[in-house]
Amino acid sequence: MAVGQSIRGYADAVRHRLRGGEAARRGLRVGERGPLLVILGLIVIWLVFQGLNANFLSPRNLSDLSVDIAATGLVAVGIVFVLLIGEIDLSVGSVSGLAGAAFAVLNVYLGMPEWLAIIVAVVAGTAVGAVHGFFFARVGVPAFVVTLAGLLAWNGLTLYLLGASGTINIDEGGLVAALTSLYFSGGIIAYGLAAVGTAGYFLAARRSRRRRRDAGMPYRPLAEIGVRTGLLAVLTFATAHVLTLFQGVPLALLIFLAVVIGSDLVLRRTRSGRKVFAVGGGIEAARRAGVDVARVRIAMFMVSGTLAAVGGLFVASGLTSASPTTARAAGSGMLLINAVAAAVIGGTSMFGGRGSAWSALLGALVIQSIASGMALLGIQDAVQFMVTGGVLLAAVAADSLTRRAAARARGSIRRSSRSGRGAMLH
Amino acid sequence: MAAPPLLTLRGVSKRFGGVQALVDVDLQIRAGEVVALVGDNGAGKSTLVKVIAGVGPADQGVIEWEGHTVQIRRPHDAQALGIAAVYQDLAMCESLDVVGNLFLGREVHRAGILDEVEMERRARELMHTLSIRIPDVRAPVAILSGGQRQAVAISRSLLGAPKVLLLDEPTAALGVEQTSQLLDLIEELRDRGLGVLLISHNMGDIKAVADRVAVLRLGRNNGLFEVPTTTQERIISSITGAADNAVAHRTTGEEGAWP
Ligand SMILES: Nc1ncnc2c1ncn2[C@@H]1O[C@H](COP(=O)(O)OP(=O)(O)OP(=O)(O)O)[C@@H](O)[C@H]1O
Ligand SMILES: [Mg+2]
Repeated sequence: MAVGQSIRGYADAVRHRLRGGEAARRGLRVGERGPLLVILGLIVIWLVFQGLNANFLSPRNLSDLSVDIAATGLVAVGIVFVLLIGEIDLSVGSVSGLAGAAFAVLNVYLGMPEWLAIIVAVVAGTAVGAVHGFFFARVGVPAFVVTLAGLLAWNGLTLYLLGASGTINIDEGGLVAALTSLYFSGGIIAYGLAAVGTAGYFLAARRSRRRRRDAGMPYRPLAEIGVRTGLLAVLTFATAHVLTLFQGVPLALLIFLAVVIGSDLVLRRTRSGRKVFAVGGGIEAARRAGVDVARVRIAMFMVSGTLAAVGGLFVASGLTSASPTTARAAGSGMLLINAVAAAVIGGTSMFGGRGSAWSALLGALVIQSIASGMALLGIQDAVQFMVTGGVLLAAVAADSLTRRAAARARGSIRRSSRSGRGAMLH
Repeated sequence: MAAPPLLTLRGVSKRFGGVQALVDVDLQIRAGEVVALVGDNGAGKSTLVKVIAGVGPADQGVIEWEGHTVQIRRPHDAQALGIAAVYQDLAMCESLDVVGNLFLGREVHRAGILDEVEMERRARELMHTLSIRIPDVRAPVAILSGGQRQAVAISRSLLGAPKVLLLDEPTAALGVEQTSQLLDLIEELRDRGLGVLLISHNMGDIKAVADRVAVLRLGRNNGLFEVPTTTQERIISSITGAADNAVAHRTTGEEGAWP
């Protein structure tokens, strides 16, 4: 479905260019990077690694990839929410480690029922986010400082929690272990989901077209909706096919997709989501329109903390343990960097107001494909770090250049004063 | 007895740190009347607009709405009374499109789900009524020209069918034709019974549409004039401070007794 969106973006971009001057109705806009470049990049990455190792595009490796993107991707969705208001959360790696450790200690060490331990771990992430949000939005400490302090402090708390117990192995037959080990085999589920997703897209697009037509507004031709639906069908059924060739549809992928789709709908289709974009697009205008800016800010850090905790449960699930070693790794920033890189590579701007939950999926695919490909080739960690760092820098540079281009385009046609956040950044 | 004024301010003061932006300011806006608010740069005009609109509430003073004392502490309070404003800086959410900015804070929705089609329909209708030409209502406002932004800001202020409209230098970015269109619009709104507060540095615009002129100088009232019977020189000398302050204050003091 992600690529469904991307294909839409691509079609829009093409249309935009064909139409020339008139801005396409939902096409690429000044200051926005379409997903086209990322998809092309992903294809290149896949072809290169496939060329170097024939196992790269095997059903097994692709299936593993779809499980491995979940942890990074879920954390990245949280980062998208924070980036949309123009802020950053540097604590997500530590918070994910904290959630994994809290779950393990509560469930295994203290014997709390697994479902309750999961809820407590996730709510702990929400609470941590609320603390960050409070210090940022109400006290006025810059977000990067608050969350930098959080990065260290929550990692310390994690090590402290694990100090008494050392390494804790989690129940391999339990709920958390199932997060990354449960597959729904059998074609019916895989193809059924593909069919439901495609049909859902088609029906929604057709309904929107009808409503626009009945209201006398420009609408998409049916043929265009047909082509989009067709492309989406090809993509979802191909994915379903590959997944059935191995063990079926992974639970991890389903949860991740559900979070992405849900977040996307909330951001684009609800009043709450509109407030997020408003705060990211112009704080002063948002405030004057009656948006409670501080509340939105706190809420975004709570979302980010919550999804970091959920991601942490996926990490613990993959390792089937929580230990001081993994806690140190969580604090070392690899998950943080991967999640931020995923969000930005996928097309969410570091400068607020522009982005989409889908960028977490696209970006996580890029990041995890590179990691998986290099692991297959036996390339050492040191090189992987350098490559990931380079990819992150490239994505942020692209974001900054797009923004500058947008500012130039704007400066040449606008005489009136700039205001709010925009003015400070120029 | 005549109906009480739509909006009355009494003794409004506001301070920013060391700057006393407004001191003991009085102002009245009646239905079907255009009041011009003039004053030098930094006189406190925009600050007063923000006080009335709930964006930057006053430290002291009384606000009456249709004769009753009201509290305006948040933008929602002003909006609920029927006060709308076009701000001088035209602050907008750059990455939201025109429709999104028009409806920001009062989105059309069903159970929290945005009704984009309805919002776009109303936006197009409104733009059409106001004969505003924006090439694409789905374009982000970041790409609009200054005049287009001003047009969007004015449209936005009219969406909620306000009773009092505050316009902070609304013609600053407009071309000749758009300015005269806006002045026509202001007259039309006045004839429909709105109270309009128009801030402008352009005496021509003020002469054209305003019924009364209130002068602010260094954050204080410095005169209140009936436009048809006052010379431009008199107003300008009040703005610059050449006019006698005591007389000006007396005029303001008698405001309530004016016909
Ligand atoms: N947010 C603020 N913080 C500090 N001082 C402010 C703030 N807003 C306004 N001021 C100060 O209050 C005074 C009045 O400013 P205001 O913007 O109301 O003037 P104005 O009459 O609208 O001027 P102009 O004609 O230039 O628009 C100025 O001295 C200004 O520096
Ligand atoms: Mg001003």
